[in-house]
Amino acid sequence: MSHAVTDAPDEGSAASQAKSKKAKLSEGKKAERRLGWLLCAPAAIVMLAVTGYPIVYSIWLSLQRYDLRFPGEQEFVGFDNYIAVLTNSYWWTAFGTTMLITVVTVAIEFVLGMALALVMHRTLVGRGLVRTVALIPYGIVTVAAAFSWYYAWTPETGYLANLLAEGGAPLTEYGPSLLIIALAEVWKTTPFMALLLMAGLALVPDDLMRAASMDGANAWQRFTKVMLPVMKPAILVAVLFRTLDAFRIFDNIFVLTGGSNDTSSVSMQTYNNLIKGLNLGIGSAMAVLIFLTVALIAFVFVKGFGTAAPGSDDGGKR
Amino acid sequence: MAEIVLDKVTKRYPDGAQAVSEMNIEIADGEFIILVGPSGCGKSTALNMIAGLEDISGGELRIDGQRANEKSPKDRDIAMVFQSYALYPHMSVRENMAFPLRLAKVDDATVNEKVEEAAQILDLNQHLDRRPANLSGGQRQRVAMGRAIVRSPKAFLMDEPLSNLDAKLRGQMRTSVSKLQKQLAVTTVYVTHDQTEAMTLGDRVVVLRGGHVQQIGSPQFLYEQPANLFVAGFIGSPSMNFVPGTLEDGVLKSVLGTTVLTDRVRRLVEAAGGPREVIAGIRPEHFEDVSLVDEKHREAGATFRSTVDVLESMGAEKYAYFSLDEQLTGSEELAELAADAGSADVPGSGSTIVTRLDAASAAAEGRELEVWFDPERLQLFDPKSGKNLTFDG
Ligand SMILES: Nc1ncnc2c1ncn2[C@@H]1O[C@H](COP(=O)(O)OP(=O)(O)O)[C@@H](O)[C@H]1O
Ligand SMILES: [Mg+2]
Repeated sequence: MSHAVTDAPDEGSAASQAKSKKAKLSEGKKAERRLGWLLCAPAAIVMLAVTGYPIVYSIWLSLQRYDLRFPGEQEFVGFDNYIAVLTNSYWWTAFGTTMLITVVTVAIEFVLGMALALVMHRTLVGRGLVRTVALIPYGIVTVAAAFSWYYAWTPETGYLANLLAEGGAPLTEYGPSLLIIALAEVWKTTPFMALLLMAGLALVPDDLMRAASMDGANAWQRFTKVMLPVMKPAILVAVLFRTLDAFRIFDNIFVLTGGSNDTSSVSMQTYNNLIKGLNLGIGSAMAVLIFLTVALIAFVFVKGFGTAAPGSDDGGKR
Repeated sequence: MAEIVLDKVTKRYPDGAQAVSEMNIEIADGEFIILVGPSGCGKSTALNMIAGLEDISGGELRIDGQRANEKSPKDRDIAMVFQSYALYPHMSVRENMAFPLRLAKVDDATVNEKVEEAAQILDLNQHLDRRPANLSGGQRQRVAMGRAIVRSPKAFLMDEPLSNLDAKLRGQMRTSVSKLQKQLAVTTVYVTHDQTEAMTLGDRVVVLRGGHVQQIGSPQFLYEQPANLFVAGFIGSPSMNFVPGTLEDGVLKSVLGTTVLTDRVRRLVEAAGGPREVIAGIRPEHFEDVSLVDEKHREAGATFRSTVDVLESMGAEKYAYFSLDEQLTGSEELAELAADAGSADVPGSGSTIVTRLDAASAAAEGRELEVWFDPERLQLFDPKSGKNLTFDG
């Protein structure tokens, strides 16, 4: 190589040069990646500290007998707290109520949100105004809104309660209470659903709808056979977000019924044990169970609908 | 199979824009008709009105003699191919093509048979179970065509169906579209802004501009007898050269020299009451290097002499560009045409003359060349109205 007179060494050096260039490139990429990690690190550490630590701490607490009223009796009890919670009928009543509220409100919100999204999507004049008006309920603090519902349904003084038969006190019975809680939830979060769905609507090309009309589809067929399938990823996101949110319902119930007449949710049970009862062990076990349920719901959603979403099966070929 | 008649069809958009004005077109059963014109001239609007995707503001649309203004798209039994293809991303190729049949509640066996048949014609058999996202542009285009032909509609509407393909594929698809239309013999309305597609595909071509029909005719007729400056400049590639000139006693004075008009041209201009000031148009292919013209023809023709500015050798022919000093002014029509077509496409709008010469020509850049042309080929236009004074339709 040192006496570069013949052709062969020349070629060799060219080849080695090419090789070293390749090595250099990947070196550069490595450095870039390292820098990327370094730049992300502070945010990642803060994230871990504020989310990871509490999660790990509650899991640890949930495995302890730990009642702040008897701090001296703290000891490791394994899954005893979980067994205690899962064999308790109060927990299962709350779980059932929460599930019922979740399924009913999300279903209603989806239908209403879709209708609202279609209206906002089609509106040509005053679009901004329509959107702003539609979003007002979502902008109001939940507790404040819940109180306004509470007073509205209060016998004698409430304007809605007065519409009912004399002497009716809806917030003191199981069925009517649930209805009112669901109503308050739906009223408040439908705009959020509508906004997410509207983003999905914008992803459906006009030409696709026109093509469907040319192919002979009526309005309903265009909606169900083209629009809904095409915006499925957006629907998935919207419904998933709302489901996870609805499952953790707390403030509306807290204000409207305080959890009386079996209307308490799993979050309220957790609150009652953890904050009111000061039983950190049982409370934490409940919190972890909620966390697991939420994770399971998310998993089922993504697995169940995610793979069938258009665009997820094209192997990045687009 | 259908006959489609547009009777003074007008479209005014809610914002006041008049996209189509009193359009009259009679499309015969089985005819392949092209709507061509620059972008924004109302081609898509016209097509969408035939499809039923846009309401008709005025006039009447008749399909097979029946008024169709108020019919919804699904009741018109017309299929459409979109520029974007508009394939359903959540369906396989097979389901995409079957969609119109499924909506029409056709039984499964027939659906399968028809889809397979269409796939056969369009060479899509191997791709039936793939998703549109995984197909190439050309394949997607064919699926869009397939979806249109499966249900044997009364007519096909196509809105720039080949515009998203690369040049080579576009050429190939042009041939297949033409073959397919002949094979199926279904009335077809095809929209394009590309004059080459218009010239090669259609039985008849409708030239549009600003929502107004400029001329309707066979491609050859539009090429030979353009009704006005716009059509003359739009049809043909490279475009016709335009030079200003003055007419006196059957003699044209222009940068091309003093040209004695032939009897036919002279008669037509006089019959049209031609003004003194005219715009003379002559196509690049009607020039020739004088040394390659035989004696007999040379006598009958006219010549001009100038320096070759740019020479493009294409192998089979040569394009020689000349800069003639006189600027073309005084015609609003021409200025608009230049703006419509993008001035680069209209040589006459500057002072450049494009000539197409035989490959044997010895023309060289920077050297003088004597160029011959046949005055019989001259077209004379009124600079004010743009009307063709030598029109002989
Ligand atoms: N929805 C609409 N609202 C208002 N004006 C429109 C609309 N669609 C098209 N136009 C106008 O109508 C004219 C013709 O449009 P179009 O038919 O799309 O032209 P082309 O297809 O020939 O390019 C254009 O000037 C365009 O701006
Ligand atoms: Mg268009």
